[in-house]
Amino acid sequence: MIHISKRPDFNRFKGKYAGLNRWTGFGIHLLVRLIGLVLALAVSGVLIYAITKLNPIDVYAEMANGVFGTSRRVWTWLRDLALLLLVAVGLAPAFKMRFWNIGAEGQILVGALATSACMIYMGSANIPTPVFLLIMGIGSMLAGALWGIIPAVFKAFWGTNETLFTLMMNYIAIQLTSFFIPMWEHPKGSNTVGIINAASKAGWFPEVFGQQYMLNIIIVAVITVAMFFYLKRSKHGYEIAVVGQSESTARYAAMNVKKVVVRTMTLSGAICGLAGFLAVAGADHTVSTATAGGRGFVAIIVAWLAKFNPGTMAVISAMLVFLNKGAITIASKFNLSNDVSDIIQGIILFFILGSEFFINYRIQLAHEGKKEEK
Amino acid sequence: MGTVLTQIISLITTAISFGTVIMYGSLGETLTEKSGHLNLGVPGIMYMGGIGGLIGAFLYETNAASPVPGVGLIIALASALVCSLLGGLIYSFLTITLRANQNVTGLTLTIFGSGLANFFGGSLSKLAGGVGQISVAVTSSAFRATQHLTDGIPYFDEIFCNYGFMVYLAIIIAAVLSFIIKRTSIGLNLRAVGENPATADAAGINVIRYKYAATCVGACISGLGGLYYVMDYIKGTWANDGNIEALGWLAVALVIFATWKPLRSIWGAYLFGALYWLYNFIPGQSRSMQEIFKMLPYLVTIIVLISVSLRRKKEDQPPSWLGRSYFREDR
Repeated sequence: MIHISKRPDFNRFKGKYAGLNRWTGFGIHLLVRLIGLVLALAVSGVLIYAITKLNPIDVYAEMANGVFGTSRRVWTWLRDLALLLLVAVGLAPAFKMRFWNIGAEGQILVGALATSACMIYMGSANIPTPVFLLIMGIGSMLAGALWGIIPAVFKAFWGTNETLFTLMMNYIAIQLTSFFIPMWEHPKGSNTVGIINAASKAGWFPEVFGQQYMLNIIIVAVITVAMFFYLKRSKHGYEIAVVGQSESTARYAAMNVKKVVVRTMTLSGAICGLAGFLAVAGADHTVSTATAGGRGFVAIIVAWLAKFNPGTMAVISAMLVFLNKGAITIASKFNLSNDVSDIIQGIILFFILGSEFFINYRIQLAHEGKKEEK
Repeated sequence: MGTVLTQIISLITTAISFGTVIMYGSLGETLTEKSGHLNLGVPGIMYMGGIGGLIGAFLYETNAASPVPGVGLIIALASALVCSLLGGLIYSFLTITLRANQNVTGLTLTIFGSGLANFFGGSLSKLAGGVGQISVAVTSSAFRATQHLTDGIPYFDEIFCNYGFMVYLAIIIAAVLSFIIKRTSIGLNLRAVGENPATADAAGINVIRYKYAATCVGACISGLGGLYYVMDYIKGTWANDGNIEALGWLAVALVIFATWKPLRSIWGAYLFGALYWLYNFIPGQSRSMQEIFKMLPYLVTIIVLISVSLRRKKEDQPPSWLGRSYFREDR
């Protein structure tokens, strides 16, 4: 019979791992991940072949060309990577606290709405760009924070299920967006907002170092590093970790759990709201119900898989955005629909999720396990 | 007076046919959640059920010389069930056997299912060498066939007999599920698994088998919602408009609204349908205000969610092990 046992918690940099020294442990970790990824690419490859009858390796090469072929494409890739990473970074503290914030999608949208409102109503006031960007950023963070605080308060004080509450808040935000679109539509009758301030470019991110998307990347990099230290080194970060491990321990240690929950969700919502600001002012210059574009959901997967480590989050975001962009290129090249990217993304995530098991648990034949106990 | 009455009848029939889609989704999800698994892949499973049925019917209609509606119906039903079962199996293998996180796995399943469905829905006829939009009119006609029972009673037929068979099937499934969960030992065991798997395990219940069964059967029922939407509600065509996903989340909301009770899902679904389409029946709305009306089902769900947690009535609570995986050696 097969015997399954839990591996001790594995920290790449400290201590030992299931009786092995840390580099062997790290090696196993990496090997399991690689096998998962290769299997995922193989399954996707079979699928691609079944649909298109094309050599999957050519298709993957085409994907790489589609993403990295020109410097403009690389910059768009970096921009989208940064946006996804920012949402994942925003979600990390909430998840570390075991607060299932499924509402990033909505928090991004209200942030985007606040930003668009500023651009539309204050765009002609000739405010200096840095000040204007600051106002928009703060506005989007306030909106996102509000969307995070509401479910957090109910969770903290009455134990209302946060997974379902934040999920519903997404749809409130989507309907709210649909409410504003007819009010802001341009041109009339198009039922879209159109490019905001197309002529004056008021509220658009300026070029930094001659690059259109440099500011996006700088903002996300700063927040990611700050979040790393916040979670690892600050008192707040420690409180989040304790509440996540065990609420009763936190209470026993005289921590104010309610306060920690509400404060952390304020932060989480605010960062997701800021992602809405980046999406509107720094990339799309318009707003629609698709502004969040499922990033709120994908970022949950990113944050969870990375175990809230910002570096790993960046790597996973890079891979997912690459897949998405690459699949769109092959879709248009081979005249398929863009949804191919969701299929491949789904398959790869299934395999990564499945491979977690082989990292967290040790599988042995039962008699071997007994020998070890002696 | 007459126009008001026709308006009301029209609202009721709209609510019933719309509500049926989310009723299927929520019935399947209720069963799954009873075993302690929160499957956020419902939209994905509904997509898979819908596209499965469509592919089955499409292949039959393009290959058969003279397609028979009844055969198309059986093929569509079978292939929808197989596809949604596949979704359920992926989810249960990952969360039950490999103990992956339920929320993350569910969300991935939603991404996968919607990608799969929109891909094949958008390019199926092109892949088969045809042109134009996919349509399975023959099979769809079997799904939409109505049976008028009475002729004499005014309005009765209009309100109660104006639907394809799947509207009634949903009610039957709700009743059967309610009976199984409340009145049989299988239901008792299932609830025990969802409330506290360790205790259930100690009592000799095969926790793994119950979880698998509840998740897979639940997925099949949810998938029927997608099939009903494709075959009946939009008459055997396909649209890449993300509607099924929105309906899937509404189904997850309905589980909460019905406080995990299948019978409450019936009127809950119709109420959601009525709330969703209410704006059509209130004249003089601006386009913006219509969108606010569509917010109602979600707002109502939040209010129910809050009041359930405030009142702490024992029989209205979610299964207490909901969302957590069970590993025997963890105790």
